[in-house]
Amino acid sequence: MARRSGSILNRLLSNPNPSSPFTLPTRSITYMPRPGDGAPRTVTLIPGDGIGPLVTGAVEQVMEAMHAPVHFERYEVLGHMRKVPEEVIESVKRNKVCLKGGLATPVGGGVSSLNMQLRKELDIFASLVNCINVPGLATRHENVDIVVIRENTEGEYAGLEHEVFPGVVESLKVITKFCSERIARYAFEYAYLNNRKKVTAVHKANIMKLADGLFLESCREVAKSYPGITYNEIIVDNCCMQLVAKPEQFDVMVTPNLYGNLVANTAAGIAGGTGVMPGGNVGAEHAIFEQGASAGNVGNDKIVEQKKANPVALLLSSAMMLRHLRFPTFADRLETAVKQVIQEGKFRTKDLGGDCTTQEVVDAVIKALE
Amino acid sequence: MSRRSLTLLKNLARNANGSSIQTRSVTYMPRPGDGAPRAVTLIPGDGIGPLVTNAVEQVMEAMHAPIYFEKYDVHGEMSRVPTEVMDSIRKNKVCLKGGLKTPVGGGVSSLNVQLRKELDLFASLVNCFNLPGLPTRHENVDIVVIRENTEGEYAGLEHEVVPGVVESLKVITKFCSERIAKYAFEYAYLNNRKKVTAVHKANIMKLADGLFLESCREVAKKYPSITYNEIIVDNCCMQLVAKPEQFDVMVTPNLYGNLVANTAAGIAGGTGVMPGGNVGADHAVFEQGASAGNVGKDKIVQENKANPVALLLSSAMMLRHLQFPSFADRLETAVKRVIAEGKCRTKDLGGKSTTQEVVDAVVANLE
Repeated sequence: MARRSGSILNRLLSNPNPSSPFTLPTRSITYMPRPGDGAPRTVTLIPGDGIGPLVTGAVEQVMEAMHAPVHFERYEVLGHMRKVPEEVIESVKRNKVCLKGGLATPVGGGVSSLNMQLRKELDIFASLVNCINVPGLATRHENVDIVVIRENTEGEYAGLEHEVFPGVVESLKVITKFCSERIARYAFEYAYLNNRKKVTAVHKANIMKLADGLFLESCREVAKSYPGITYNEIIVDNCCMQLVAKPEQFDVMVTPNLYGNLVANTAAGIAGGTGVMPGGNVGAEHAIFEQGASAGNVGNDKIVEQKKANPVALLLSSAMMLRHLRFPTFADRLETAVKQVIQEGKFRTKDLGGDCTTQEVVDAVIKALE
Repeated sequence: MSRRSLTLLKNLARNANGSSIQTRSVTYMPRPGDGAPRAVTLIPGDGIGPLVTNAVEQVMEAMHAPIYFEKYDVHGEMSRVPTEVMDSIRKNKVCLKGGLKTPVGGGVSSLNVQLRKELDLFASLVNCFNLPGLPTRHENVDIVVIRENTEGEYAGLEHEVVPGVVESLKVITKFCSERIAKYAFEYAYLNNRKKVTAVHKANIMKLADGLFLESCREVAKKYPSITYNEIIVDNCCMQLVAKPEQFDVMVTPNLYGNLVANTAAGIAGGTGVMPGGNVGADHAVFEQGASAGNVGKDKIVQENKANPVALLLSSAMMLRHLQFPSFADRLETAVKRVIAEGKCRTKDLGGKSTTQEVVDAVVANLE
């Protein structure tokens, strides 16, 4: 009996396909495109500062290797410019889709963030980060699959500050019913379209009774239209604690601007780091794809010199972009290749515990494309 | 050692059964407003048609899919498709239908063909692939048959020259051949397919099928990374049943496409399971993949034992076409699980269940 079960075990556990020990299952999806769906699309590309050009260069290489029907219009925008150039905004309005690396925002000094400027001018009101454990990447937290949907245009980031008199500064946090309602509606629609079971609103309405109270009211109203989705609320400080204690309780989280920033970064951190999580910003007409969390963090000079930035986040975001542009097969290929490279574990940049350069990761992804 | 290996084996076996059909987390960012419900024209049709379209309606309701059906009654013996149905399809752009039975002989034109011509649905697509858990004589089948839908032998131009002599015109145009070839190569490009095979009989019909081949060759030049080859239709039928794994995407004129699609569907598991659809520049009609005119025998209708799987998978294609990929994934996963488990199968798959039992099993497997 032992001998037989031993040999059966050996056969089951032995690798049936010796050439690729870590193939993730690809699935044949029955998809019938419309005639003309294969026409190439133009996408605005903003490399940005710091590690930006490095990781957007990685995306360009992979897109070329896949022969994806996408071509990029590149524009130079740097974080210390006072405003985003007119031609760039025109280009994004024309193409409707933009891919960008990070834009560094100078601390203090009254210069407004170009990231914020882009989002406000194009009215890109929802920011989405999908924080999910990537197979093969060891983290302290298991079963993390959280989508943080963050309001992008108002809240604490209204940028309305003034010095009452020397030494006293007032900063306005603005919450409107209009914006709260539309972000709540987007969050519930996202949950509905993606078969998510729960939406959690994050707030601090015990202190900011009117502002966050208005946000909560809007969320509760929208929740009534979606009886199949569970809705609950959590105060932001408890939320941060729960995130690091029991992250599996969260599914979709909808938050105002500042809490969303913090919650998204925390969730990205527990699931593997901001170098891996994909994300994007979407409005009614335009969409901007960038590294999921911490888009303003463009790395320190050492990483740029040594070229050791992690391109995975932007690669996965560009896969989201391919899906947004209705090229699902290319998105599948890209995601499968990237996940395979991460699972194999041979090519990892410093933030994932390895020591490779960006180019080595890109070459591995291109090789893994089938 | 034996005790440990036995428990290990049991765990492996349990995991293998439970997770054979894996669901995959896809990162998808919808636009605001993408969840708005869409209207779809529904034509139940004849024979088993109402049975299987009703199955789709039940499953869509269980999933709370954002679509609602506008149902219209069309029967095969009507002389033409009613105007209100055509208006509805033109408005909704998408239609789901059961089969419409075409009477043999008698000069009544087929309503299926009429629908395709009026809406200019020039491409018919059938995806024939082995389903896990469904044993067939042929393995590794994954063929997509793209068939020109509007001309060829189905032009419907026949006349009796003198009593006892009938001429039937087969029309091949450069325009139609070019656009079906363009669609086939675009499909292969968008779906990461490696090879397109043109099926023809140009050794006999030198001008007609020769024109078709020329158009395919021209389009093939624009897609250098996709392999292109040609095969004569009789050899093709033999190769299909001998070595089906050599075929990937096949582009064919109208009649050969009908035969090749039915053969490929048969070797991969039967016309009761293969999904398919018809697409044009503006509209799309989804129906059972192959043999859409076959509406089953009366006995199957009476006993309610029609196979709903083909139309369920076609409605998953429809959900993808309407940009609801998550719902399509859920539906396909549930259907594939039911087939893999093998407990609820209709007669054509070797089981004894009724349509309703299969539908209930699919609904139970939705997550």
